Amino acid sequence: MEGQTQAIAANTERQPPSSPPPPMPAPISPARQRTVAIVRAILLPSAVFLLVLAVWTLVHYQVTRDIPTPVEAWTQAVAVFSHPFYVTGPNDMGIGWQVLYSLGRVMAGFALAVVVGIPVGFLMGSSRAMHQAFYPLVQILRPVSPLAWLPIGLLVFQAKDPSAIFVIFVTSIWPVIVNTAAGVQAIPQDYLNVARVLQLGKLEVTRRILIPATLPHILTGMRLSLSVAWMVIVAAEMLTGGIGIGFYVWDEWNNLNVSSIIVAIGVIGLVGIVLESLMNLVQHHFDYSRR
Amino acid sequence: MAYLNISNVDVVFPSANGAFIALREVDLTIEKGEFISIIGHSGCGKSTVLNVVAGLLQATRGGVLLENKEVNSPGPDRAVVFQNHSLLPWLTVYENVRIAVDKVFGKSKSKAERHDWTVHNLHLVHMDHALDKLPGAISGGMKQRVGIARALAMQPKVLLMDEPFGALDALTRAHLQESVMEIQAALDNTVLMITHDVDEAVLLSDRIVMMTNGPAATVGEILKVELPRPRNRLELADDPTYNHYRAEVLRFLYERQRRPEAA
Ligand SMILES: Nc1ncnc2c1ncn2[C@@H]1O[C@H](COP(=O)(O)OP(=O)(O)OP(=O)(O)O)[C@@H](O)[C@H]1O
Ligand SMILES: [Mg+2]
Repeated sequence: MEGQTQAIAANTERQPPSSPPPPMPAPISPARQRTVAIVRAILLPSAVFLLVLAVWTLVHYQVTRDIPTPVEAWTQAVAVFSHPFYVTGPNDMGIGWQVLYSLGRVMAGFALAVVVGIPVGFLMGSSRAMHQAFYPLVQILRPVSPLAWLPIGLLVFQAKDPSAIFVIFVTSIWPVIVNTAAGVQAIPQDYLNVARVLQLGKLEVTRRILIPATLPHILTGMRLSLSVAWMVIVAAEMLTGGIGIGFYVWDEWNNLNVSSIIVAIGVIGLVGIVLESLMNLVQHHFDYSRR
Repeated sequence: MAYLNISNVDVVFPSANGAFIALREVDLTIEKGEFISIIGHSGCGKSTVLNVVAGLLQATRGGVLLENKEVNSPGPDRAVVFQNHSLLPWLTVYENVRIAVDKVFGKSKSKAERHDWTVHNLHLVHMDHALDKLPGAISGGMKQRVGIARALAMQPKVLLMDEPFGALDALTRAHLQESVMEIQAALDNTVLMITHDVDEAVLLSDRIVMMTNGPAATVGEILKVELPRPRNRLELADDPTYNHYRAEVLRFLYERQRRPEAA
């Protein structure tokens, strides 16, 4: 065996120098590359996931037994998801309903933010005066923590639901305004010159130039806005109560049902991903720069 | 009275340290069907002249008459081929031309006629194979072709082109120059083209307008190019008359109007 390998090695060494250069390492076939990519895409996230589970278990045994083990949380998840839409009373509904109620508020606040934010963004982007008028207000209000708005909402609306929607609106409107305004400002003068040469009317310019040109920016603003809205709803509902995933978390905390809270965290994350993917789909469909 | 009359045009831009006089007393008359090039060093004011004719920029003094009517706003009778194509990226090649056709012939042509006219103009620039492509998916030369088709489709009285081939490689540029010469021979357009390419100016033009350096740039010399058409760039390469014209322009640019920074 050994002698054989040596002989082969000696043989290769004796090749004349004029022979082609030593072969490159065999190129990896595309199929093989794909397999490697898939295995990686599964293995790496799984490793991180397992690591989190390990830390979590460690916390259970070393820090506090109040945090359930992953297995306990899984059992609870199975229980919760086997009846997601049960209704036993006005304050006792399945997690499906909780999510839907929350989504309802998010959509209402988000829709308001879009309906108000886009025109304001257009005004700010297309007129210097409007930009000067609105910019300081936007800069001051944008960094305000969402929950600081809640008392204002409760005072003005005297009701929980509108207050929660108001909080969503007032925190998710900024990305829409800022991105729309930036989009309008970024329209190349050339496009507007084309419109002038063609003598397009104001309405045609808006429909055929301004809106399509700013759409990528608007959609980016909407995507950011929606993820902010979903993040804020949990906090808002914790304070306002009622049916909703935020209040669900609060309720389970009062019952010291930590497994349910962990399940809820998973659900909140998943819904967030779904919303993000939906916005991505919309962006792919309407955004010329991504087609 | 000439077809297009640029008379005594001054353009002054307000600027931080006083007024900047870009153009002073620019005078030029152009006959119907003429192909005119404006050549001059970068920043001398060529685009400013074109923008005044297009109506995109108001002259501070003097003005432009087209068929004896004063020009004071942009319009499709003075179609512009912009330096960087400026196609609308969310519209397909076809739609980019169609939007112009609909605007200009919305009342006078039927829908089917407008469709045919759109395709016809894209055919003229050899782009009828890519009707449904978005501008992002075609090359720079192709975009410039579509920009030319869009301008031709408006059937303008004057076709204004601002360095239409400036950003292209030499081979693509030569192809497009041929196309423009063919189209102009067939349609007898009146063309005002800006260029900084001496060969391009001599090859395409009936007259070459050479501008002095700015500020306060104006028309320095006008060179009449009397070469028979159709012109062939290969045959002209050894033609003494062609080379004489070429040398004239070069002399103007590099002796009489040296770049300020090179002087
Ligand atoms: N809107 C403006 N405001 C102030 N100055 C301007 C404006 N537009 C052009 N200018 C100035 O006027 C002069 C002429 O500009 P123009 O664009 O006409 O030059 P050009 O000959 O087309 O140059 P290039 O060959 O580089 O395109 C330049 O000095 C430029 O800085
Ligand atoms: Mg220019």
